Amino acid sequence: MKDKIAIIGIGCTQARPTSGDVSYREMIYEAAVKAYNYAGISPRDVGTFISTAEDMTEGVSIFDEYVPDQLGAVLKPVHTISGDCLQGIASAYLQIATGAFRVAVVETHSKASNILFPAHIEEFAMDPHYSRYLHLDPVILAGMEMRKLCEDTGANERDVARVITEARRNAMENDLAAYPGNFSINDILATGYVAEPLRSSMVQGTSDGACIFILASEDVTRATCKKPVYIDGISFFTGEPSMDTWKFGKSKFTELASAKAYKMAGIKCPYRELSFAEIDDSYGYKFFIHAEALHLCESGESVDFFRNGAFSPAGELPVNISGGVPGFGKMHGAACGYQLIESVRQLRGEAGKRQLKDTSRGLVQSWRGLPTQTGAVAILSN
Amino acid sequence: MTPEIVRGRELSKDEFDKLPKVIFHPKAQYAYDCGNAINRYLEGLKNGKILAVKCHKCHRVLVPPRSFCEQCYVPVDHWVEVKDSGIINTFSISYVSADVTRLKEPQLPAVIDIDGASPGIGIMHMLGEVKPKEIKIGMKVKAVWKPAAERTGAITDIKYFKPA
Amino acid sequence: MGLPIKRKVGVIGAGLTRFMRRANETGRELSFFAAKEALKSSGLRYSDIESVVMSSAPDAFDGVHMKGEYLADGAGGFNRPYVRAFVGGGSGVFSIIHGWYMVASGMYDTCIVVAEEKMSSCMPHPQAAFNSIYDHTLERPLGVNLLWIFALEMNRYMTKHKISLEEIALVSVKNKKNAMNHPSAQLAKETSVEEVLKSEIMAWPVHRMMVSPTSDGAGALILASEDVARRVSEKPVWIEGVGWNLDTSYWTNRDLYYPDYVEKAARMAYEMAGIKDPRKEIHIAEPYDPFAYKELHHLEGLLLADRGQAPKLLAKGYFDKDGELPASPSGGLLGVGNPIAAAGIMKLCELFWQIRGEAGKRQVARPVKRGVAQAWGDLMQVGTVVVMGV
Repeated sequence: MKDKIAIIGIGCTQARPTSGDVSYREMIYEAAVKAYNYAGISPRDVGTFISTAEDMTEGVSIFDEYVPDQLGAVLKPVHTISGDCLQGIASAYLQIATGAFRVAVVETHSKASNILFPAHIEEFAMDPHYSRYLHLDPVILAGMEMRKLCEDTGANERDVARVITEARRNAMENDLAAYPGNFSINDILATGYVAEPLRSSMVQGTSDGACIFILASEDVTRATCKKPVYIDGISFFTGEPSMDTWKFGKSKFTELASAKAYKMAGIKCPYRELSFAEIDDSYGYKFFIHAEALHLCESGESVDFFRNGAFSPAGELPVNISGGVPGFGKMHGAACGYQLIESVRQLRGEAGKRQLKDTSRGLVQSWRGLPTQTGAVAILSN
Repeated sequence: MTPEIVRGRELSKDEFDKLPKVIFHPKAQYAYDCGNAINRYLEGLKNGKILAVKCHKCHRVLVPPRSFCEQCYVPVDHWVEVKDSGIINTFSISYVSADVTRLKEPQLPAVIDIDGASPGIGIMHMLGEVKPKEIKIGMKVKAVWKPAAERTGAITDIKYFKPA
Repeated sequence: MGLPIKRKVGVIGAGLTRFMRRANETGRELSFFAAKEALKSSGLRYSDIESVVMSSAPDAFDGVHMKGEYLADGAGGFNRPYVRAFVGGGSGVFSIIHGWYMVASGMYDTCIVVAEEKMSSCMPHPQAAFNSIYDHTLERPLGVNLLWIFALEMNRYMTKHKISLEEIALVSVKNKKNAMNHPSAQLAKETSVEEVLKSEIMAWPVHRMMVSPTSDGAGALILASEDVARRVSEKPVWIEGVGWNLDTSYWTNRDLYYPDYVEKAARMAYEMAGIKDPRKEIHIAEPYDPFAYKELHHLEGLLLADRGQAPKLLAKGYFDKDGELPASPSGGLLGVGNPIAAAGIMKLCELFWQIRGEAGKRQVARPVKRGVAQAWGDLMQVGTVVVMGV
């Protein structure tokens, strides 16, 4: 694979816990207008459009219907990926790689605040025959997995709590984040259990927002973009999808997806070759599982690396400088969009106060959330 | 080669009814944010008015109103009031409910091109005070509003459209 | 458009389940049956499969949120790159487009494309699941019904071109008869225009026998890059052109008598396939026929008939199995059944078998080198078109 496909435009709204003043159409329009302006192109220049959405989180069957207007995509090739933002980016990448298109737009958004019973929708994702009869809130699965992680790695509650406090402190520096906060580890540990050992403050709040990405083939990128961010590797995988085949405390899909993405990008030793990473750190504890599966540290040492500050903004491999999932909130596939925005800004030198020095390569990883075993990995460079 | 037999066992209605099932009622409920344009439209309906927007670029008068013109891809914020009458663009006489049970009285949905909006710009609503057999495409119709005190700022503030 | 495509993609296997009103099998099992059958016919093993794509219509039918994730292991998406793409009713034909770009990109050499629908899970009737396709604030409070959009569109189409109900009923007669030789068929039947018009009126002008049934079922195809396809298959069928297009969601602001989006999708696919005169260069068509008038509407959108003229050609036998341009030789959704996304794949399977000369009793009279399949969906809004040939 020698396609040089780049992100040439980004646009987003601020992630917010609620957004009652705008419809999803208006929210996405704002993000899209910014992205077109950023890239200096018009929707007429775009060959194909991809939105990412799931019907039950939108409250609309066949959400695809309501996609084209706000993107300027009326009577254009448009389709929806029932997946997260990175899967949408992968879809755009593949479409450009066929040769059929030069410019693609990816839209991702969340109106999670409009869902009245979010836990119930999550439960609706469980297998109706084999697991739903238990009538469990899937957050229990996170509790079970956190316990397994702690047993396997020696991580403790304080480590998980610290993931949350650091993420939300990083979010304080990020104007796009919905959940900035200055907490101590003891503040986190003072909240009650939702599924022991998982505490309520370890569960990310929901938030609303929209992100747009414009991808282009090499020739268009050269002609239009001064600071392109290239996609060196991209891959998505589903691991063991049914609950009875899960390996709690491991992330097979992340291992598989990162192996493929690293291979595409020619990366052999991720923690030496990456300048930073934006990973899924839902429920705090997922940070360790995903860091491990992505080989962001020596095998089995994610907890030590974390305790020693290797993943902090000033550390050897800064992870989730943006504020991560606890900072942006649960956005049904859009949170990794915000992490991708952060990565593009870091690589273009546009991250303001958070800007890292000498960034050359970054990684973004996503997980589709409970109860799935699906996610994606993208490797970017400038 | 096209298969001669295919897999899958069909259940009769009886068999299906007798089998044990997992019954699950999803509490799939939402409080949808309507946004600037639709909120203003709903406010208009509450006051007995149909509001539209005019795109400064293509000059189309659009209803339902929107914050941006989907054709020109520019913001629109020029509001105009259009008439509460129009022409039937197309209609149906619906004898079954959404879950396909027979209705006593048919429902009469129609797309109505609104007077004052650009040609072909319409909304979906219901017809009333008309014999189904007499409905024709091209027929002029007028909104029948709920009494002001009963209006809530919803599309149902118009009860239906009747022949004008 | 008109850009060079990186590599050719072949279809080398196809599989279908029975289409039924109520299946004993779960959605995962149906997906498994279809995928397994397709694999068996392709000459590949599961270990050769590098990617899997799923296609399925609203989650409300199966009664599972994130339905793609739920169906993953049935479809073969176990430890595989796996993703579901969605364009409403157009999803079935889009599924192969999705698989096409996975392979044509050069990233994957092989792909299983699976489409599944289990509508019987939705109670009391699956059709009610469609209510939430309407605008939540401006349309749903009117007490909507899916049939309306078809009735409104059909009425507009009939009125604009002065088409009679008899002319439209003929589509049901043709397709239900064609389906009599289809092993998956749910509603195959020898019937007559009179019988169709005597069936109950559901939402005028739509009569019961002009409507496809709700169904459970699945279908699958195996795609491979050119070199793999030539190596493992004696008769690969090539995906020559793909096209898709989505119109505005403000459907009450459009004239429904003509599907512009289908025309645009068709033009994209024809251009990619190098087709200049589709009426001469295409030998069979599988247009989307969830309702009888839709087949005619779509044949016009596919540029295979002049606007308003498809009914006249149909009456002359032009679209019959032994006609000049056989349309829905499979029996279509009206005859074989309509498990939404799986019905789209059923149409693609038909092209595959017809082009290989393997359609058995359904094989059309004229020689077939190239065919087009099309689906439609959302709020009368999306067209998905695929041209396959040898």
